[in-house]
Amino acid sequence: MTMPTSALTLLLQPSWNPVETLRMLLSYHFMQNAFLAGTFIALLAGPVGYFMVLRGQSFLGHALAHVGFAGAAGAVWLGISPVVGLLVFGALAALGIGALGERGGRLSVESDIAIGTVLVFSLSLGLLFIRLASSYAANIYAFLFGTVLGIRDRDVVVIAVMAALGLLVLAVIARPLLFVSVDPEVAAARGVPVRLLAYAFLLLLALSVAVAVQVIGVLLIFALLVTPAATAQQLTTRPALGIVLSTSLALIVIWLGLSVAYFTDYPVGFVVTTIAFVFFLLARARRGWRANAWRPARIARAGGVR
Amino acid sequence: MDMKQPVIEFEGAAVTLGERTLWHDVNLRVLPGEFIAILGPNGAGKSTLIKAILGLIPLSAGRIRVLGRTSHRGSTEIGYLPQRHAFDADTRIRGRDLVQLGLSGTRWGLPLPGLRRLWGGDRTARAEAKRVQEVIDLVGAAAYADRAIGELSGGEQQRLLIAQSLVTRPRVLLLDEPLDSLDLNSQQAVSALIHRVASEFDVAVLLVAHDVNAILPYLDRVLYIARGQTVLGTPHEVMSEETLSHLYDTPIEVLHTRDGRIVVVGQPEGVAYHAHDHAH
Repeated sequence: MTMPTSALTLLLQPSWNPVETLRMLLSYHFMQNAFLAGTFIALLAGPVGYFMVLRGQSFLGHALAHVGFAGAAGAVWLGISPVVGLLVFGALAALGIGALGERGGRLSVESDIAIGTVLVFSLSLGLLFIRLASSYAANIYAFLFGTVLGIRDRDVVVIAVMAALGLLVLAVIARPLLFVSVDPEVAAARGVPVRLLAYAFLLLLALSVAVAVQVIGVLLIFALLVTPAATAQQLTTRPALGIVLSTSLALIVIWLGLSVAYFTDYPVGFVVTTIAFVFFLLARARRGWRANAWRPARIARAGGVR
Repeated sequence: MDMKQPVIEFEGAAVTLGERTLWHDVNLRVLPGEFIAILGPNGAGKSTLIKAILGLIPLSAGRIRVLGRTSHRGSTEIGYLPQRHAFDADTRIRGRDLVQLGLSGTRWGLPLPGLRRLWGGDRTARAEAKRVQEVIDLVGAAAYADRAIGELSGGEQQRLLIAQSLVTRPRVLLLDEPLDSLDLNSQQAVSALIHRVASEFDVAVLLVAHDVNAILPYLDRVLYIARGQTVLGTPHEVMSEETLSHLYDTPIEVLHTRDGRIVVVGQPEGVAYHAHDHAH
């Protein structure tokens, strides 16, 4: 073993003892805040992401993240908290996309044109706000890729409250939301308020994006909102298990990402996204392998009894 | 027949969409256990009739009573299978969950299907799981109920959807073109299944169909809608040259093949009728 050349390298060597490693990880206040905020975000992004992927609204989540960029930039220009900008813009865009995508009394928020239009307009608004605020490039960088290591105590509280609120709403609407997501027509006939739920989920998605953007940034938000949920749906077809898996994966991804980034020179966003991506590839490969293994059985069944 | 109370009653019912009256003066009494086909050209208002019974579309005249009450949304006494295209291949939900949602999907608050068992199951959960298994067995879908619905064939999906519509023990079953996307063998199997449900459980079935032949052996009556008018009667009364020619106001030929199939020739399919009720 070579002697460490400086105190810094000494500090950044992970120990084989997990307790020791954990103690090192949490020895700085900014890391404590990063872990706390990351945990709350994963707890919200996991379940909300599950429904987003199930509903086929990933592009919508992507668009709302870009809207968040405009919101945060606008808030900086006005000198108010970026969270406020994120929330207000996200909610307005969610309602706007809902209204634009509505046809004949029915909400088809999947409407790509409405989403794309709002997305690109938001990006340009963000650009304008940044020019007006004559922001530093560092600020833009923070919006786009997150400021996970710069989270203050107050941010942690705000994130925790928002995540708790989001989870509460989701817990109330979860079952009817699952029903309308899978089978909208039967749900409507059974008296489930399809439109109300569609808008409620849009707002919930906007809230989740607003929470997550603060840590992971606009461009990398899929690492927490989509990839864990998509991975979970590769692994299981049970809704409850899928939500638990999606949330667990989001937690593992953010914890592992923060830890690896702490002990290396790699940016947090890159590490988090890479881990999420690897999980997805593994799950996809497993399902592909299993589908191949099943093929003879399928052929036998198709040719046999109906 | 008179001993039984009708489960569905139409009294001079009419539906107007925009300027156009789809159908009017519809009078119909459906008895428990009856199997009735709703036939007619595209855009005649067959799906609309189903939706009017469900209370999803308002009447412009008359009334519809379901089990003695004015039709309204959200009844557990009506099982409904909408006209649809197959589930997306990426729908990663088990058939069993789809059936379960027929029971629990209208309830607010947790738990999600399955979570309850994690929290030390309660009696309703077990009763519901049992009920779900019963209907899955009834439609013969047990072999594939635990696979993702998107991976299943059209016939398999249709069986699970029928199971879902039956899970609340409805007294009325409304099926909108359930045979449409199925191959011939599946059409016959699903038709036989629907007939069995109707007779065994005394469920009244109204089934919208394009082609009457798959269900012909099981039908009690046919409601034929065309040009805003309706004709009601036994299959052979309605599917006759005289009745259909009168209804369409143009000569219609009805051929009977040797194997008992009915072929209608010369029916002006969709002419002057835009497919308003189709594919949505």
